[in-house]
Amino acid sequence: MSKYPADLRYTKDHEWARIDGKRAVIGITDFAVHQLGDITMVEPPKEGESHNRGTPIGTVESVKAVSDIYAPLSGKVVKTNDPLRDQPELLNEDCYDEGWIAELELSNLDESKELMTSEEYALYVKDQG
Amino acid sequence: MTQTKSGLVETRHLLHHEPPIFEQGAAGRSGASLPTLDVPEVSASTLFGDLHRDAEPSLPEVSEVDVTRHFTRLSRWNYAIDIGMYPLGSCTMKYNPKVNERMARLPGFAGLHPAQAEQTLQGALELMYRLEQVLCEISGFARVTLQPAAGAHGELCGLMMIRAYHQSQGRFPRKVLIPDSAHGTNPASVTLNQMECVPLKTSADGLLSAETVRAAVAQHPGDIAGLMVTNPSTLGIFEEHLAEISEIIHQAGGLVYMDGANFNALLGKVRPGATGVDVMHINLHKTFTTPHGGGGPGSGPVGVVEKLIPFLPTPTVEHKDGVYHLNYNRPQSVGRLRSFFGNFGMHVRAYTYIREMGGVGLTQATEMAVLNAVYLRALLHEEFPPVSDKPSMHEYVTSDKKLKKETSVQTLDIAKRLIDYGFHPPTVYFPLVVPGALMIEPTETESKETLDQFASALLAIAKEAHSEPDRVKHAPHQTALRRLDETKAARQPRLRWMPQG
Repeated sequence: MSKYPADLRYTKDHEWARIDGKRAVIGITDFAVHQLGDITMVEPPKEGESHNRGTPIGTVESVKAVSDIYAPLSGKVVKTNDPLRDQPELLNEDCYDEGWIAELELSNLDESKELMTSEEYALYVKDQG
Repeated sequence: MTQTKSGLVETRHLLHHEPPIFEQGAAGRSGASLPTLDVPEVSASTLFGDLHRDAEPSLPEVSEVDVTRHFTRLSRWNYAIDIGMYPLGSCTMKYNPKVNERMARLPGFAGLHPAQAEQTLQGALELMYRLEQVLCEISGFARVTLQPAAGAHGELCGLMMIRAYHQSQGRFPRKVLIPDSAHGTNPASVTLNQMECVPLKTSADGLLSAETVRAAVAQHPGDIAGLMVTNPSTLGIFEEHLAEISEIIHQAGGLVYMDGANFNALLGKVRPGATGVDVMHINLHKTFTTPHGGGGPGSGPVGVVEKLIPFLPTPTVEHKDGVYHLNYNRPQSVGRLRSFFGNFGMHVRAYTYIREMGGVGLTQATEMAVLNAVYLRALLHEEFPPVSDKPSMHEYVTSDKKLKKETSVQTLDIAKRLIDYGFHPPTVYFPLVVPGALMIEPTETESKETLDQFASALLAIAKEAHSEPDRVKHAPHQTALRRLDETKAARQPRLRWMPQG
């Protein structure tokens, strides 16, 4: 799998979103996972909660640091990846598939235009780390 | 430590492998000898009924020699400030002068009971009163409370006073601005006070800019409770724009809280209370040489400007007609924050240090702390470039950025390899705004020889990272235990000993 799959959209805070109509599955990027190192705990958002884009919705903890997960898009949390609670290593193993974090019902479809494409994100992270 | 021709510390150890005490000794062995029973024996099962346990507890059966050797051997695995340099940035492990310990053990202090009558506590109250006075003089605040038990507790206390101040004026603004270079405890203190953090991004030079603060204030009109700022920041640099920033906050009706954890870089140079800061905590265990870490407890006095005095925790120590007394009659106070009078033993140690050093001595200590950090930066900057071009204060923050690009060695490997060279690693992966951070604080008491040895060790590791990276990546090699699996320890912690099988 590519480091930054082309069918996803990306944020500056290193979240990804797989947008499908009014819904989006979200997670954190390969770059974020590598910055964090071995992840030891994930606190996914709560189902039913609504969040504005850019607000913290959960946390990821690694041996190095604790980081907030920010909502890449505004919307209501309709599903969360519960196995992550017991198997945080899923994020290290496969952050775009098994390691997804939540599914959102989007409240503002226009926002997705402001996210980065895979190429844009790859350029953006080149300057980081 | 002996110095070799290479400039490195030579280390030699005879360390025993040491199993848990539960796996030592033999059935029936005991370190205690009790006198013969000279009263009628009572049956425990009759006495305790169904609370009586069926089986004997499985306690270690060991002799006095077994126990003494076990713990003495374990203690030899340890590293301490009395063994070598402890370059932890942000967590400042300072030398603890032995005279402090002597003073704290004076029978008149050590033998006190905190519930004694006020008139029999006069010496202790006088010391607290004088410590408050001298901390006011040093920090530029109108009054100081000695109650908080540590830095984060001081933050909590400071924010409670900020909240009480706003509420006394019939308001309760909720937003507290916090730059991303702050200490991690700041947001927690805000949340505990039912307020909300507004994170601020620092500029490319690592400083908080007035424009950023102005923009954040404009986004929350009428709702600014205050700003929490660490100065010098966790990047070890001085917040140059703080005076202007304080003015912006004050104009918005907010108060300025300064996290004084790094006050040891400012003693005798800057009096924050006289430069626009309204509240600040001071860590006696970082700035004023009381023990830190396992040797604690900590102590985090909080200084305030005139208008916040009514809200200080109760009781305060007052002096009237030659008598010291505790004032509980403070209707606007946020209340008592600590049982009795705070960690009094730390007050004795800090006061001893301040009186011993005097104003000139404290200023020199500040200058030496900064000089030592700047010296290390000068020795190391080519292999370990500083993360900000601004001058370093008491600590020097660098990262693995250069080494990671050229080799496969990362910050964690550097930290582990330093142990083989006889040094405690510096703070790593903090502050969070710096990927792969190495945060080095030598403090004022380290000699030039020690600083040279430390720099030589880091430069040797940088060389090894190119020539034999595996040696660095599998470090430490000379410790009693090799590199531990930190991930497994975090994911599946074994918190107590369990019998095998």
